[in-house]
Amino acid sequence: MPRRHKRWLTTLLLSVTGCAGPFPQTTLAPKSDFGIAIDQLFTNIFWWAVAVFVVVEGLLLYAIIRFRARPGAPPPKATHGHTALEIGWTLAPAVILVFIAVPTIQTIFRTSGQAPDGAMQVEVIGHQWWWEFRYPDLGVVTANELHLPVGRPVALAMTSADVIHSYWAPGLGGKRDVILGRTSRLAFTADSIGTYYGQCAEFCGESHANMRLRVVVDSASAFDAWVAREQAGPAPIAPGSVEEKGRAVFARSACIACHTMEDVPAARAVIGPNLTHVGARSMIGSEMVENRPDHLAQWIANSAAMKPGSKMPPMVLPPEDLTALVAYLRSRQ
Amino acid sequence: MSASATGLRSWLTTTDHKRIGLLYFWTAFVFFLVGGLEALVIRAQLAGPNGTLVSAEAFNQLFTMHATTMVFLALMPLTAAFFNYIVPLQIGARDVAFPRLNAFSYWVFLLGGLFMNASFLFGAAPDGGWFGYANLTSKQYSPGLNIDFWLLGLQILGIASLAAGFNFIVTILNLRAPGLKMMRLPVFTWMVLVTQFLIITAFPVITVALVLLMFDRFFGTSFYLPAGGGNPVLWQHLFWIFGHPEVYILILPAMGIVSEVLPTFSRKPLFGYTVVVYSGVLIGFMGWGVWSHHMFSVGLGPIADSFFAATTLLIAIPTGVKIFNWIATLWGGQIRFAAAMKFALGFIAMFIIGGLSGVSHAAPPADLQQTDTYYVVAHIHYVLFGGTVFGLFAGMYYWWPKMTGRLLDERLGNWHFWLTFIGMNLAFFPMHFIGLLGMPRRIYTYGPELGVSTMNLVSTIGAFLIGIAALIFVYNMWRTRRHGAVAGDDPWGGATLEWSISSPPPPHNFDVIPTVASRLPRWSATQLKAIPEGAETAAPVHVPAGSWWPLIAASSLPIMATGAIGRMLPVVLAGVAILIVGIYRWAYEPFEA
Repeated sequence: MPRRHKRWLTTLLLSVTGCAGPFPQTTLAPKSDFGIAIDQLFTNIFWWAVAVFVVVEGLLLYAIIRFRARPGAPPPKATHGHTALEIGWTLAPAVILVFIAVPTIQTIFRTSGQAPDGAMQVEVIGHQWWWEFRYPDLGVVTANELHLPVGRPVALAMTSADVIHSYWAPGLGGKRDVILGRTSRLAFTADSIGTYYGQCAEFCGESHANMRLRVVVDSASAFDAWVAREQAGPAPIAPGSVEEKGRAVFARSACIACHTMEDVPAARAVIGPNLTHVGARSMIGSEMVENRPDHLAQWIANSAAMKPGSKMPPMVLPPEDLTALVAYLRSRQ
Repeated sequence: MSASATGLRSWLTTTDHKRIGLLYFWTAFVFFLVGGLEALVIRAQLAGPNGTLVSAEAFNQLFTMHATTMVFLALMPLTAAFFNYIVPLQIGARDVAFPRLNAFSYWVFLLGGLFMNASFLFGAAPDGGWFGYANLTSKQYSPGLNIDFWLLGLQILGIASLAAGFNFIVTILNLRAPGLKMMRLPVFTWMVLVTQFLIITAFPVITVALVLLMFDRFFGTSFYLPAGGGNPVLWQHLFWIFGHPEVYILILPAMGIVSEVLPTFSRKPLFGYTVVVYSGVLIGFMGWGVWSHHMFSVGLGPIADSFFAATTLLIAIPTGVKIFNWIATLWGGQIRFAAAMKFALGFIAMFIIGGLSGVSHAAPPADLQQTDTYYVVAHIHYVLFGGTVFGLFAGMYYWWPKMTGRLLDERLGNWHFWLTFIGMNLAFFPMHFIGLLGMPRRIYTYGPELGVSTMNLVSTIGAFLIGIAALIFVYNMWRTRRHGAVAGDDPWGGATLEWSISSPPPPHNFDVIPTVASRLPRWSATQLKAIPEGAETAAPVHVPAGSWWPLIAASSLPIMATGAIGRMLPVVLAGVAILIVGIYRWAYEPFEA
């Protein structure tokens, strides 16, 4: 059974790596129907490959040792071929391939991105170099942090705003490219609560390495609570507070050219991430650094210093404006 | 000018396939070292998490140029070096069919390679990956000169490959010695023939793809741009329709070399010659029906995925058959472990691993976890390093004495082999796990939390071992140039025609064109004689004089490309003029100079 094999494979891995993990992006411990189907197929192929490896490398090694030249031995007999042998070793791989091809094609159709009715719809949009997640039925838009309920089928409809990217959260299954002018689909049901890490898998330019994401799989109630918080209007701001000053800075700066911020009427742009609830996200810069005031300040001042090639231009702000802006962003829970 | 002349001029104008073979060899070997250095910088950057040796921008240029260099400037031309030097000797010919076209191919290759690498001088080396996926390569997302250097350089290199491809097909089909029927051809020559057919059919596809990209970038068309009605996936189809046959263009010549080395060092004929030849031909054909297995993650639909999975799995059959026949060749033999043989055996052992990991991503669902990760990096290096490079090293040790008259040192060869063998397994085996644990390829940095830092360090150590091994090989070539053991005509007891003449062969190769009566002329009961009884005594053999026109015609191409890079139309036109004059004068050049 696959489970037993997995333990074997994990043990091998641990002994090879000399380290105990926890391997947050491993493909070998899937937590969704999609990922498990892939893993079972791969495990099947893996053991066939091991068997073929042992037999063929064994034959090779045996021939190398057994038939090494010995002084004084008579010249070898010149054999030119053997029809039965040729037929035999043509058929043997063909038979093995049937045992691989049948489950492969079954798995292709099981994992072709068709979600059952009632699946939760999420739109995924790849950008250089961050992820946008939109929940059309819930009216929620967020970035880099995908929240999903456990045990409920999910249908991802994915595209790109610019170049080709590839959405990949290995713990929940395989990757799928996202391409401008095209919608690609993934469907799966997460079976365990937890946080799953992933990143863009298709080379997409300078900061390809920094286009990371996380998927937070929550209980139904925790997910609903998250949705309710995202759906709620912007957090209120006390008059005269530093946050209010920050909002004014935001409203009169270049921020509004790219970002949406619900409580700033001029900020409705969709080039950069929606910042209405940016304070609730655990990381910034598509999972590059923790969402902390100092990181936010560095990011605003010169994001490209943290993330090479970042499309967000440097913002030159007086220190007190920057502090106010950071405080305002932090309050956007 | 006599063909045995020396000096710079004689090399610039040479049309001798052996000299052109050596030029290919040395040029490609230098590019091989350059591509290797690029790999070492990549591995140094990835030795630990959060590497800071190079910037993201430089890293993207390095991995793009590492692959582009290895595929187009090192491995293909290294195989071409053997095509040039060995094929005419194996078929009993005095030269290739079109010697000046052969010189043209070399000069185009050299100048195209220099043009591509000149991009480094402008800080604008190609940075879109060797696969150059649209629409990242569009003017909008890659505004610099990087992609221009890449697409113009590849177009130049394609011309070199196409010209050589036609040349070798005509040579092999028409210049075979009397009695050398197709099914008596040495397997190496057979695989060269298959490779050339792949080249002349695959390179037009990449050329079309590159011309469309050039139009998009230079003239504002939208072949790959959705905003203008184009489709970036079109590029992927065109690129991989070329790209998968390209893999076989890289591996089939190595399989041919191994099929020569194994019999010689086992003292047994190749087992199942006919089956091995047909398997190679079949692999060549099947290579055309599998391209979308590079695109499973695009989501082409379950029908397309199933079709391409099935065709891809089928290729395992002829490949497996070849491996079994090689092992059967060893069976019952008297194996001598010269360095050439060690690399040939290493080829089989490593290629099996590359083939097996290939089966796992022939299954599209599994590929969705594996593609674009280090698992695939491991796979391609087992195939192209463990396969092609090992095969090429086997060929170097095997034919070096024929090419230079001196043997490479076996003790250094032993060190070279074992360091390369251990180094490559340290470098590439952990990458299987690195990929399965979730590290994508083509990332300039990764975090320690991925848990793959130790394995990446091991991989880097292995890469540097390969680098040390390469230095030992360079030293071996340098040292034996004067001090190596004299080879004689036939140091290994080979079966094929190239071993019947002196090392290195005279400019005209064969005093008398041999008549061939069997597949293994030098091993048959009716031993091939250098001069058959009753043959006319060798009159002085006419050897064509050299020519400047191939070099001049070739020089027009980088001039045109430079004009295009600099948006200087007069320079482009000057290049066109040189090309026209070059070809015209070439066509009307008197036979006797």
